[in-house]
Amino acid sequence: MAPLLEIKDLHTEFRTGAGVVRAVDGVSYAVEQGETVAIVGESGSGKSVGALSILRLIPDPPGRITRGEVLFAGRDLMQLPDAQMREVRGGDIGMVFQEPMTSLNPVLTIGRQITETLEQHRRADRAAAHKRAIELLGLVGIADPARRLKQYPHELSGGMRQRVMIAIAIACDPKLIIADEPTTALDVTIQAQILELMNGLTRRLNAALIIITHNLGVVARYAKRVNVMYAGRIVESGPAAAIYHSPRHPYTMALLRSVPRLDRPRRARLDPVDGQPPDLTRLDQGCAFRPRCRFAIEACAKAWPPLEPVGPAGHLCACLRGHEIGAATGAAA
Amino acid sequence: MTAPATDAPTLLEVRSLRKFFPVTEGILARRLVGEVRAVDGVDFTLRRGETLGLVGESGCGKTTTGRCILLLERPTAGEILYDGVDLTRLKHKQLLALRRRIQVIFQDPYSSLNPHMKVGDIIAEPMKVHAIEPDAARRAARVRELLAICGLSPNFADRYPHEMSGGQRQRVGIARALALDPEFIICDEAVSALDVSIQAQIVNLLEDLRERFGLTYLFIAHDLSVVRHLCQRVAVMYLGRIVELADCDELFDNALHPYTRALLDAVPVPDPSVEADRRFRPVKGEVPSPINPPLGCVFHPRCPIAVESCSRIRPELREVRPGHWVACSEVR
Repeated sequence: MAPLLEIKDLHTEFRTGAGVVRAVDGVSYAVEQGETVAIVGESGSGKSVGALSILRLIPDPPGRITRGEVLFAGRDLMQLPDAQMREVRGGDIGMVFQEPMTSLNPVLTIGRQITETLEQHRRADRAAAHKRAIELLGLVGIADPARRLKQYPHELSGGMRQRVMIAIAIACDPKLIIADEPTTALDVTIQAQILELMNGLTRRLNAALIIITHNLGVVARYAKRVNVMYAGRIVESGPAAAIYHSPRHPYTMALLRSVPRLDRPRRARLDPVDGQPPDLTRLDQGCAFRPRCRFAIEACAKAWPPLEPVGPAGHLCACLRGHEIGAATGAAA
Repeated sequence: MTAPATDAPTLLEVRSLRKFFPVTEGILARRLVGEVRAVDGVDFTLRRGETLGLVGESGCGKTTTGRCILLLERPTAGEILYDGVDLTRLKHKQLLALRRRIQVIFQDPYSSLNPHMKVGDIIAEPMKVHAIEPDAARRAARVRELLAICGLSPNFADRYPHEMSGGQRQRVGIARALALDPEFIICDEAVSALDVSIQAQIVNLLEDLRERFGLTYLFIAHDLSVVRHLCQRVAVMYLGRIVELADCDELFDNALHPYTRALLDAVPVPDPSVEADRRFRPVKGEVPSPINPPLGCVFHPRCPIAVESCSRIRPELREVRPGHWVACSEVR
């Protein structure tokens, strides 16, 4: 069976004063029905731009999707007319963004924002939409939903707003939910509530979830498959257990080593990733992680290596030395 | 992580600190309709050479506590004894002299550096303000030295903040804090805005500086794993109060307050097999408004072990084991 979502060789560029930034530079991956996939990376790695590109939400100018296919339920979203694309957004694909204050409309009530989605996509009449909105707020754990529907976003806490975002995202029974740093702006106890809620709802709806985050703990708790991004590319991809227990890419290994862990004894020193994040306007043809890499060799300057299998169950890695590094240090890292 | 200096002299003592912000209504005639109890009775001491972590979620008062110690906010009540002197009673001039010894590193290296100033001028500015290095050439030499101490090349002095990455900017913020040779630095979420791969670099730098210059830190943060790595003692705040305070290892191994336990439970561990084995139930509800905090124990509406009396009686911090303080009536 074909996967629910298949992204092939996606490229997104931004024209900036300092030159062209290839924010997403040839990304390919697939998401199966009902599966939770994490996209992990740091600022500038292209994880958010990649997700927005799936929905064609890149502001043009300055941005442009220059190449690639996004096959969703058999259709290439890149080729859809705008009207049909609007049907997909918020319909078959739900979205949850990082900042619930800026992604909700401040001058519309919560209720209106939920019913609008239902009227748009499900052609629901007012009364039916209102009834369903109450039901949805209940589903996302908001007490006293009838009263909440009349409130405006500023009257709600950050956690409540994110619950409303989730209610809108699931309003039309989507097959896929894209959550871009859904809990980054929230406190840790609220983050835990929201993640549990999203996890429970996606299972219940049998929806697939793409969760974009920089938090390695969140990924470990919820994702089955992980894509690690660096400078616009996926550098390592595979089942969560493989990525965490036998990482093959030097960046993944360095990232996992650098975080202090509450479940391990304290260390004398942290082991940071050396150097600075890449300047995307000044990348050459070689591997962008090379200047910070402890394993770099001369050949790394020639070309960025392709993602190749390094282990079972679709464990892929884009490193010339992926095999030998993993074999030598994977278990220790 | 160095051995806690248990016998070191006390550098800072905060006593019954309170900071309330007025809440007003109306445009022309502003009426007082309430107050935000940002900090509501906080006590702790900090020994020379020690790093104390102040943790909690947004709105718990940890940043306001730090700002009160810096006298960026005037406390509503309470004493802040620094080296035996109550900062809240000092005149402006005396305060200025003391400020040389107390510095701060802010969270956001993007908004805490003036974008119109060159890095060299940013770092030199405290020296100008306090008139301690009037000679321009020597000041420039000191700036180069500070850049090197913070792991930056001396030619960064001629750059502007926007030409640097977040991690480099935070190093500039640290160099500025060091410019006056302080003994005490308040780190207010100093690594929170940084990427994971850069965070560890800055944590290591802060540790190096602590050893090299014998610094005392108040480390305000919400990231528990970073706090555990860096601090010798930790105070957990909730809704303007300290609910638990203990040595770092004791706090993380034997957390007693239900809020501390909830906080520790909520942090996901970056390991799928550990996470798969964890049974985990997030704490219910949200932090109540500090304008109208719950009576009794402020945590009782969310607390899994609350009893009837928790909604009436405010628990005081008690020492339940040597050095381990908890504000909970149900903890024995």
